[in-house]
Amino acid sequence: MILDEFVQHIGSKLGEDIVLGKDEQSSPAAIICAPSNLKKLMRFLYEDERCFFDMLSCITAIDNGPEAATFELIYNLYSIPFDHQLMVKIAIDRPASGEELASADTLSDIWQAADWHEREAYDLMGIRFNGHPDMRRILLPADWKGHPLRKDYQDLETYRGIKVKY
Amino acid sequence: MSNQEVQYIYQEGNLQASEPNKYRVEELEQGRMLINIGPQHPSTHGVLRLEVLTDGEVVKDVVPHIGYLHRCFEKHVESMPYNQGIPFVDRMDYLAAMNSEHAYAMGVEKMLGIADKIPPRVEYIRVLVAELNRLASHFVAIGTYAMDIGAFTPFMWLMRDREYILRMLEWTCGARMLYNYIWVGGLFYDLPVGFEEKCTEFIHYLKPKMIELRRLVVENKIFVQRTANIGILPLKKAINAGITGPMLRASGLKFDLRRVDGYSVYPELDFEVPIGTGEMGKVGDCWDRNWVRVLECDESIKIIEQCLAVLKGKHVRTREFDPQEVVPKKIRPKAQDLYVRAENPKGELGFFFRADGKSDIPFRCKARGCSFVNISVIPDLARDHMVADLIAIIGSIDMVLGEVDR
Repeated sequence: MILDEFVQHIGSKLGEDIVLGKDEQSSPAAIICAPSNLKKLMRFLYEDERCFFDMLSCITAIDNGPEAATFELIYNLYSIPFDHQLMVKIAIDRPASGEELASADTLSDIWQAADWHEREAYDLMGIRFNGHPDMRRILLPADWKGHPLRKDYQDLETYRGIKVKY
Repeated sequence: MSNQEVQYIYQEGNLQASEPNKYRVEELEQGRMLINIGPQHPSTHGVLRLEVLTDGEVVKDVVPHIGYLHRCFEKHVESMPYNQGIPFVDRMDYLAAMNSEHAYAMGVEKMLGIADKIPPRVEYIRVLVAELNRLASHFVAIGTYAMDIGAFTPFMWLMRDREYILRMLEWTCGARMLYNYIWVGGLFYDLPVGFEEKCTEFIHYLKPKMIELRRLVVENKIFVQRTANIGILPLKKAINAGITGPMLRASGLKFDLRRVDGYSVYPELDFEVPIGTGEMGKVGDCWDRNWVRVLECDESIKIIEQCLAVLKGKHVRTREFDPQEVVPKKIRPKAQDLYVRAENPKGELGFFFRADGKSDIPFRCKARGCSFVNISVIPDLARDHMVADLIAIIGSIDMVLGEVDR
């Protein structure tokens, strides 16, 4: 299916207001959705017989910076039987300070693959996924301060007596 | 920093474990035990730490702790031009650096819109070196796997043959493992004079060795008994968990991105996609995963032969050939998002790029490591097996911790 067909199909099944927009510049083509509708849309894309996105390839979290005050979450879906790809984008609010967490809905109950990708986004970007079974840091030590992939991240001076900055 | 400055000051608390266990010993049921395996343990293939909850000798749960090799790939790439990211990509999957470079270069070329301008000789050389590297990576996988099971000889034999490949790749670019050979838009250099002949010689040498390998490892009764029916990964679970590469194929799905996406010159080449059939046990067990890798080695040899034939015939080396003909002087893609994927020896390696169109450096670059996703199913594979089988399961996944932790 091409992008317009997806948009039309989703619109006919879930209502016209689910897909907020589309991005044909990106590769694979992307649809934009509201964070509150994410779970409904993704479950539909997973279960529907014409979409049938059985594999979640990648979840990317992007920080648009403190001025834009948004994070973006980008989901790359792939359907093995139909051999089509789709990108789904959502934008969520970005907290001003480094300590606070943003939040989004988990998809780990639909795709098991989302589990570790979401833990990584939590660890490096500071996004809490509501309903995730095991929200711990995955790459960094458990007592690390801050989320390094944020654009305004400042290095710690020391970590347990070891100098971080050189 | 001057040498005189004190670099480390001990304080209380510095030596506590930075990664606490998920399970608490006080809260365990009667008869349960927590065992820590790794991060420094030969059977974990790198710095992987496993927290194993056991009941006697039966594994009840496994919690992988990763991140010991985290080198901030994604943060680094956000501060340097696209072409300078390639050495970092090498260091992700250090056993298959050529394949990773190929994926990264393809992504940037697609963003620049020069993907169809790459000279065919460059594409064939890329596929040739990538397949050589795939062989080397599979040799490490099979060799170390046999060593995990308790056979030492196959490891030495395969390392011997891998050494040939590493020396040949060293000849092309000067580095044994971390090449920086495939550039955005081209190659660092043409193949050295005589490479095609030496490579042909190597393939003639290697073919009988592959038969030897089957007799030594794959059909070995002890090996079969240790690996058949162990760690069965059902296909449905594999797809849902995003497993790719030989692991997914061993579960019975003919899915290879070289065929599905048909990138580079793979559509012009003739090769099969081997899958696991449950010959010794059930589909998707440890033996199948290893078997798929052995079969893939044969397919890689076929691809290498075809590439060599083309490189000696249709697209032979000429004086005028410049591998850097389309290498862009300045890499500034239009503002866009792009996800590119390629078949690495271990699975689907994906790169997500966001270019803002105003600078030469990526706004965001995310690497989707195949090993990262593949090891996330260790708990499902190992549950209710023996501790010794856990070692067999870890080995059959063939992960490289450099790519897991990035």
